[in-house]
Amino acid sequence: MSDFTSGFWGFYISALTLGGVAFCAYILVKMSRRKAAGDPDQTGHVWDEDLAEYNNPLPRWWVWLFWITIVFGLAYLWIYPGLGTWRGASHWSSREQYEGEMQVAERQFGPLYQKYAGVDLKAVAADPDARAIGQKLFMTYCTQCHASDARGGRGFPNLTDDDWLFGGEPDVIKTTIMNGRNGIMPAFGPALGPEGVRDTANYVRSLSGLGHDAARAARGKAHFTTYCAACHGVDGKGNRAVGAPNLTDAIWLYGPSEATIAETITGGRNIVMPAHKDFLGEARVHLLAAYVYGLSHPEPGRRVAAAK
Amino acid sequence: MIPVAAAQADDQSLYEVRRKIYPRAVGGAFARWRWTLVFATQLVFYGLPWLAWNGRQAVLFDLEARKFHIFGLVLWPQDFIYLAVLLVISAFSLFLFTAVAGRLWCGYACPQTVYTEIFLWVERRIEGDRVARMKLDRSTGPRKAALKAAKHGAWIAIALWTGFTFVGYFTPIRELARASLTFSYGPWETFWIFFYAFATYGNAGWMREQVCKYMCPYARFQSSMFDRDTLVISYDAARGEPRGGRSRSADAGALGLGDCVDCGICVQVCPTGIDIREGLQYECIGCAACIDGCDQVMEKMGYPKGLIRYSTESALANGWSARQIAARVLRPRVLAYSAVLAAIVGAAGTSLWHRAPIKMDVIRDRGSVAREVADDRIENVYRLQVMNTDERPHRFTLEVEGSEHLRHVELLSDRQPLEIAAVASEPVAVRVRAEPHDADGSQKIAFVLRTVDGDASRPIVIHEKSRFLVPPSLAHKDSHDGR
Repeated sequence: MSDFTSGFWGFYISALTLGGVAFCAYILVKMSRRKAAGDPDQTGHVWDEDLAEYNNPLPRWWVWLFWITIVFGLAYLWIYPGLGTWRGASHWSSREQYEGEMQVAERQFGPLYQKYAGVDLKAVAADPDARAIGQKLFMTYCTQCHASDARGGRGFPNLTDDDWLFGGEPDVIKTTIMNGRNGIMPAFGPALGPEGVRDTANYVRSLSGLGHDAARAARGKAHFTTYCAACHGVDGKGNRAVGAPNLTDAIWLYGPSEATIAETITGGRNIVMPAHKDFLGEARVHLLAAYVYGLSHPEPGRRVAAAK
Repeated sequence: MIPVAAAQADDQSLYEVRRKIYPRAVGGAFARWRWTLVFATQLVFYGLPWLAWNGRQAVLFDLEARKFHIFGLVLWPQDFIYLAVLLVISAFSLFLFTAVAGRLWCGYACPQTVYTEIFLWVERRIEGDRVARMKLDRSTGPRKAALKAAKHGAWIAIALWTGFTFVGYFTPIRELARASLTFSYGPWETFWIFFYAFATYGNAGWMREQVCKYMCPYARFQSSMFDRDTLVISYDAARGEPRGGRSRSADAGALGLGDCVDCGICVQVCPTGIDIREGLQYECIGCAACIDGCDQVMEKMGYPKGLIRYSTESALANGWSARQIAARVLRPRVLAYSAVLAAIVGAAGTSLWHRAPIKMDVIRDRGSVAREVADDRIENVYRLQVMNTDERPHRFTLEVEGSEHLRHVELLSDRQPLEIAAVASEPVAVRVRAEPHDADGSQKIAFVLRTVDGDASRPIVIHEKSRFLVPPSLAHKDSHDGR
């Protein structure tokens, strides 16, 4: 017990606890008998000259229950850590209990996931049972950002469209979930100035054939080559190695309006996908990766053969 | 202060030592009623778990799967309201019966009474009736040991069977029976079988009236349901007093005696050890054993029965006849309890009758407010938890109803039509698209789930309300969109 700031508090708590138990025992002994006087049907307490209290005695077996609780309390304090720095005869701790319960759960549910570990992700993605498990995992751990239908939201990619920031091969998806991703677009507002940003935004819109100001787009092209092409490529098709999105398609992480694109260029973006390796373990991530792959590659169901 | 005389000072316990009660066996009309109820309740309790229904146990409370099977009905945690309704009905029944005739439940149907009756019967078969039992308890020797061992053996057997049956409502009882052969229960089953058996053995064998006197809360608040017209077990003091022994041929009138022969039978048969002739007491559980006992004596004496009888405070004070007592039964208190009870039973019955075996919970995705999609529309994502409590699979269509502030409302789902297996619950992610035309903020919508199998003319239709969010930034389109 390292929670105490000084050794004194351990003794203080022990003394209070044991003193409390001893006091209860003392009260039980002291109050169970009396030097009786007069009518046994009355407690002998009299108030306001003649207001007496009837004696409605508790059954004696009830008193034994009190003794049992005192014995139970002392035994409990002996076995469990309740007295200051005393760790208890059983050396019990909530952390160990939690870890033990997690191990039991792992033994119970582990085989369910283990069945698919090592199986090719495409085969897992085609297995309806694995998909059902994958969906449950997805609903629990992924929907907060990617939404229940896996179509994402503003700043969180759609996982059903087979357009990928970091790559959509099954192994890459698994790597993404295992280790997380961080896509950073620096802020170009200071370098380009407001007009430069608008010019560049118009050029970006022209890449995917959206309405734009041709003069601005022409000026923006130069800015794009200078500042953007390093990551997004000269043709604007992006680079999966750094998670730079393809700007020539109709898929937008933050939105296609000129204002939104200008906001992105001015302030930059920083997208974070957290790592799940330590949190979920590889076996669950394997199933999740297969489920996510299956979202954009629906296959007729084929069950994975039982593990050898 | 009361003056304390030193000579009187005496060391005495402040706690009451239990005085063992040896109830004497009694037969009669009310004893027959009690035995009828003992058989009826225990036949149901011990028999019900063995019944089968549709290839499963008819009554099974499956806590692990959170499904309560009651014959054709499968209740889910969402049906918890029915448990509350059942408790409300039980409470109002108790109030009604108590207002009319006192502690009817205590005297005839309460498990404490029923099991005490069963255990007393065993005790009587093995040790004999009251006098024999008292004599046995005073004696020592092998005969006493043998009889006591036999009695406790029989009690424990009944208690274990009771514990086993109780757990049989929560774990399939046939599996439990097979597990008993090898004694391979799970830890919780073991605990509950033995705990329930211990409680039965302890309460019906040892604690008995102590449960009613000190533990039962109902025993203590019953008096608030009593009034001057409540039927309670009463001793007719006007007729009985002055009490006194006399020979059967003696003329009580000439001796100046009432009808009470002071035989003490009413005290001997009482399971809580009280003397009903002292009037209504909180210990009286209303079992009417003293009525049966006294009626037998009155019959032998050639006196009219009913010196101790069900009567009311008003009736005893005014000398009313049974007809006059009956006329007071329909008093406002009783009518009010009956009306409330009838209303609740009616409402619960109607609700249960119209209960749809399909349920749906709508959970709007909290992570994303809304999405902007093509053709000026906004998309919200919902997770629908569709629950099929029916014991066969169902196919559904899903639709959405919008508010007047939304146009072109459309529901998109990867699973249309939707199929849910028997007794299963599945999350279904759906998207709703709509075009807001004159308002932003939260708009009312409703999801409609409709069965498309079975009887096409009478589909099961479930409406669930939800909200469609229109963020202000998306309600007014950017003019540079170029669309």
